[in-house]
Amino acid sequence: MPELATAVRELTFGEAIKEAIAEEMRRDPKVVLMGEDVAEAGTTFKVLTGLVDEFGKDRIIDTPISEAGFTGIGVGAAMTGMRPIVDIMFGDFLMIIMDQVANQAAKIHYMSGGKWKVPLVIRATMGATRRSAAQHSQSLHAWPSHIPGLKVVVPSTPYDAKGLFKAAVREDNPVVVFEHKISYRKVKGQVPDEDYVIPLGVADVKRQGRDITLIALSSMVQVALGAAKMLEEVGISAEVVDPRTTWPLDEKTLVESVKKTSRCIVIDEGYFRYGVTGELASIIQEQAFFDLDGPVRRLGAMHVPIPFSPSLEDATVPTERQVFDLARQMVNR
Amino acid sequence: MSTATRKAPSQIPTDTLLRLYRQMVAIRLFEERVNDLYTRALMPGLAHLYIGEEAIAVGVCEALRKDDYITSTHRGHGHCLAKGASPDLMFAELLGKEAGYCKGKGGSMHIADPATGNLGANAIVGGSAGIATGAAYASKYLKQDRVAVCFFGEGALGQGLLYEEFNLAQLWKLPVIFACENNGYNEYTHFSESTAGDVIARAQAFGIATETIDGQNVREVYTVASKFVDRARRGEGPAFLQFKTYRYHGHHVGDIARAYYRPKAEEQEWVTQRDPITLHGQWMMDNGVADRAALDAIQQELIAQMDAAVEFAVNAPYPDPSKVDQDIYA
Repeated sequence: MPELATAVRELTFGEAIKEAIAEEMRRDPKVVLMGEDVAEAGTTFKVLTGLVDEFGKDRIIDTPISEAGFTGIGVGAAMTGMRPIVDIMFGDFLMIIMDQVANQAAKIHYMSGGKWKVPLVIRATMGATRRSAAQHSQSLHAWPSHIPGLKVVVPSTPYDAKGLFKAAVREDNPVVVFEHKISYRKVKGQVPDEDYVIPLGVADVKRQGRDITLIALSSMVQVALGAAKMLEEVGISAEVVDPRTTWPLDEKTLVESVKKTSRCIVIDEGYFRYGVTGELASIIQEQAFFDLDGPVRRLGAMHVPIPFSPSLEDATVPTERQVFDLARQMVNR
Repeated sequence: MSTATRKAPSQIPTDTLLRLYRQMVAIRLFEERVNDLYTRALMPGLAHLYIGEEAIAVGVCEALRKDDYITSTHRGHGHCLAKGASPDLMFAELLGKEAGYCKGKGGSMHIADPATGNLGANAIVGGSAGIATGAAYASKYLKQDRVAVCFFGEGALGQGLLYEEFNLAQLWKLPVIFACENNGYNEYTHFSESTAGDVIARAQAFGIATETIDGQNVREVYTVASKFVDRARRGEGPAFLQFKTYRYHGHHVGDIARAYYRPKAEEQEWVTQRDPITLHGQWMMDNGVADRAALDAIQQELIAQMDAAVEFAVNAPYPDPSKVDQDIYA
């Protein structure tokens, strides 16, 4: 943690991301960022406001609305000496660039027998409840996690976001960073004004507990922490563990927590079916089976296209109440 | 054809003329051995032969520096060899051997070699358009003076990514050459059945410099490619070059019964009248650059080299299965 000389400020999640990008761009002139409306507009979420003033339009690069086109440029530039960050405004647009990500970036190192490297960062957003409907609200981090050759970062706090993003920029592999749209302004936290990186593949215990482990990612970490507080009031001690990256995955920390508590709920904002919760639950059951009191349970986004109407959309995302009810039922207290 | 070319004596130096010939023969001999290895079941997977199209890879790559970049295609052996790949390591890769360019992990459709600026052959049609344009972008940003050539067949004209890269390349004045090898057939379909409008007009719509070139005339390919490569290197932007050519064999080695999609007479006409090696050899003899004996000597030397390369690859060991999960991450 920070030394005395280091200023620790409270930043929003979005401010922490911007600080990470700015610091990496100051450190390494080969880092550039390209995407739609990233320069003067500072992205549609205003997360990058001001960066173009410091780094200029040669390094904060506005592109045409051609996600596959500029991601392809990112792949080629990454192979030939640059460290590009490509900005995919909504994670839903990952579908548009999937050939560049999954068939090109992910496989080039392997297909070339380890000769070419692709130090590319793809920053994308995730998260529902912005009333943006089915094509602007999905949490698709399971998709790149499925592809060998990619690394996938899903930060939940400003501190993690800064440290993980900086690590992603310094990676010699393609990394997809999922930033939660609601967290940009809503989630605040202590962030040191210093250069630190958080290695990819190290989970973080966000809250210690004895009775049940809540494994949660991205926005669901706040949900799990809220539920843990409610559980505490009824005498249940919940541990909250955040994997922080879906690949590489810190299986050890997750499994050790569950071995200690003997109960586990996995909570994620991605679609429930064939997703991150299924993968994590199977790992826990394979490695902690004889320490479990009962089946690992899962909470995820409903298996429906994200609806527009607030009353419908709110029903699709796991809530503190759902986590609380399920945990209470499992602990039976 | 040959009458037309004889009218204009070439400004190309003699050693370059001979190298163009030599490189084309090398690719032809390489591919004939691929055909042989494949039909003898020594080569796994698929083999897409470049025979008939040699003048394009050779003429374009002759216009490049060693540190310039190329991206290649599923029909890519010719591009890789023309850019400087070594036949023994190529054959080893094609046979899935540890000694191959990619340790046997890429195979015929994924030859890559940083030492010769080969960013990789690509098995997604049009899939490398972004990579080539990105390399050109990096060259410009890093002030490296390098040019990137994106080779692709006319089948890639059906892919949307290509047009996004046309737009970005011209918008940002990137040193990338889009080299379209139009061999007339998208796999088993004549390109007229898949391509609306005029091919060249597509690139012209973006303001990109274009030219259509006889892809069987290696001197013309080299001369025109040099002009546009130099132009790109000067920072004057990308070019789209359409090379009219023909693949003598099928889409892949197993594509034998082809009469349903192209007539035998058409194949025969290209093979007997428009072969790039025969045409260039004849031109050199007619113009006193080389005699038959000199051309035969080149061929004999290359045959020995290619046979040795095949022998090396056939005898090379396969990778140990324990290496299957290496090189996933850097």
